[in-house]
Amino acid sequence: MHKELVDVERVSLYKSKNMSKYTEDDLKVELENKEYEYGFYTDIESETFPAGLNEDIVRAISKKKNEPQWMTDWRLEAFRAWQQMEEPEWANVNYEKPDFQAVSYYSAPKKKDKYASLDEVDPELLETFKKLGISLDEQKKLAGVAMDIVVDSVSVATTFKKTLAEKGIIFMSISEAIQEHPELVKKYLGTVVPQKDNFYAALNSAVFSDGSFCYIPKGVRCPMELSTYFRINQGGTGQFERTLVIADEGSYVSYLEGCTAPSRDENQLHAAVVELIALDDAEIKYSTVQNWYPGNKEGKGGVFNFVTKRGLCEKNAKISWTQVETGSAVTWKYPSCVLKGDNSIGEFYSIAVTNNFQQADTGTKMIHLGKNTKSTIISKGISAGKSQNSYRGLVQIGARAENARNFSQCDSLLMGNNCGAHTFPYIESKNASAKIEHEATTSKIGEDQVFYCNQRGIPTEKAIALIVNGFSKEVLNKLPMEFAVEAQKLLEISLEGSVG
Amino acid sequence: MLQIKNLHASVEDKDILKGINLEIKAGEVHAIMGPNGAGKSTLSSIIAGNENYEVTEGEIFLDGEEISELAPEERAHKGVFLSFQYPVEIPGVSVTNFIKTAINEKRKANGEEEMPANEMLKKIREKSELLEMDRKFLSRSLNEGFSGGEKKRNEIFQMAMLEPKIAILDETDSGLDIDALRIVANGVNKLKNENNAVLVITHYQRLLDYIVPDFVHVLMDGKIVKTGGADLALELEEKGYDWIKQEQTA
Repeated sequence: MHKELVDVERVSLYKSKNMSKYTEDDLKVELENKEYEYGFYTDIESETFPAGLNEDIVRAISKKKNEPQWMTDWRLEAFRAWQQMEEPEWANVNYEKPDFQAVSYYSAPKKKDKYASLDEVDPELLETFKKLGISLDEQKKLAGVAMDIVVDSVSVATTFKKTLAEKGIIFMSISEAIQEHPELVKKYLGTVVPQKDNFYAALNSAVFSDGSFCYIPKGVRCPMELSTYFRINQGGTGQFERTLVIADEGSYVSYLEGCTAPSRDENQLHAAVVELIALDDAEIKYSTVQNWYPGNKEGKGGVFNFVTKRGLCEKNAKISWTQVETGSAVTWKYPSCVLKGDNSIGEFYSIAVTNNFQQADTGTKMIHLGKNTKSTIISKGISAGKSQNSYRGLVQIGARAENARNFSQCDSLLMGNNCGAHTFPYIESKNASAKIEHEATTSKIGEDQVFYCNQRGIPTEKAIALIVNGFSKEVLNKLPMEFAVEAQKLLEISLEGSVG
Repeated sequence: MLQIKNLHASVEDKDILKGINLEIKAGEVHAIMGPNGAGKSTLSSIIAGNENYEVTEGEIFLDGEEISELAPEERAHKGVFLSFQYPVEIPGVSVTNFIKTAINEKRKANGEEEMPANEMLKKIREKSELLEMDRKFLSRSLNEGFSGGEKKRNEIFQMAMLEPKIAILDETDSGLDIDALRIVANGVNKLKNENNAVLVITHYQRLLDYIVPDFVHVLMDGKIVKTGGADLALELEEKGYDWIKQEQTA
């Protein structure tokens, strides 16, 4: 793409980000100076760093984002730790390990080529949008069609921002937050998922490109679902996303992440980190729908999704994770709760669907530290094709955690004879007063169930959808309404053609 | 309405039906009786289109149209209903949601709009009352944890909702206590009219006390060996099947 075109696009992007301070001139200056700032950086037009990872790259990322010294040091510390670590192998997944030196760790906000109209977009993608019931305007946005009526979405976003600002809620990209609210970021970043937590978290800490930041002040109930949909600068989530949500004392927030529309991201490796902090009496509800490219029917391509998500609950606080995972070739993900405060509550509701050659190793950790802490785990795994679907969960009761309670239920549904469902529950209790329950079932969609539906006039595809939705109902019910309907359709689409 | 001509069928290369001929006219009730293993349930599965059975010879007509090559859902759309001997459980799918889906799929297949919600609700109420079903029952997961009687009542409820042309009741009396039997039979009788037909498949005569057949057929070793009126069922109840067997070999 021609350089000037890129410039103009970037500017409009920044403008819509509501960063009025950043002008076209600033951008030009930045672009001109870059060559000098980064000696190795030659190809300005492509806006991508050379492949490979070393301290210079980490520094360059930090500098590019104009970060304060403490942030740069924090990243470097993570990088040094990462160098000493090894990629974990305990998960029940099999894949060719990425060559971390072959990856480029920074590229400008991804810009796909714009299409002039929807007619030029892959019809298969449009068909999927249609099935999901996504509005035309939104379809254009998702497929990367140049929009005529950008005004609409901007005005929606503006009203939205105004409402939030009135309540003192901060909702912006993490890069902006580092600039505008360094005290909050500094205080909480890495407190739940330390830099050295695990291989991928360390990598993310060193190189994270962007992500979301959210702060709900004391006693405020966030009046709407916060969603990455609404954050205008969310043009395609980054490869190394970093999210930090802080709910101050007595506040409440429901946060939606992801997208039901298929993401045709060509980045193979995704390593995100999400940290939630629920202070005394606060509640965070975090819902995810993940539909990254799962690879083709032969198992070629697809995203490796290695995510670390963890929340910390102070006294009487509550964190609920709800996830619908249908995408990615390999998923490694365990949204967890550290129930530090007395009477705190952790919940995990998950639906993981694998089809064709997908592999998922997902579950949760509930770490009970405080007294009277409670946790609930409902996991629904659906495997089809030649896929492998594992639940891995840890329930840990600390010595101080008097009267801790846990209930876990792990259900697996198999479709066909070539897929696998596995359950790896770990239970560790250091307190005799704990009550821990674990239930697990494995079932198969029976020919007799399908025939029964057929006999009532329900065709096989629809019958499968009905059975799967029934199986997943307890989790679907936990999703915010607008997400639930789309997620339900997504389940149908993900399993299309999985029954002969 | 339903016409079966020289029907032969097998499962895993074992011949089960060996030339069935049967004609059921609109407004009629037929019963098929026979000892265990005679092929009664096979016959009902084949009419409904269960692909585990292979039709090796013969034809099945519904209102003059050959249906033996049609998918089970297509037959359902045309008005074939099977009340299962062992209805399956579908966890998480409520009785209401299931029947709503079934009705709308049928309407869609027949080029009709979805049934409006208020009409659906009214119909569900009406038919569930007919079968003396508790309102709470309707929001339970389909057949999950249902007693034998509840399962069968739910089958007839679905039949009432779908209003089929031909309803096949496969051992509907098994697992029913006398009260449930009366309710189910009463439901079937109220649904019967000049434009539909019922095929009752049963091992015992007692259901036929309530649903009185116009014709009784005896199925043995894959063939209909005797046909008579309602009194034939009583005779079978009294004498068992052996005398027919002897009649056959004699």
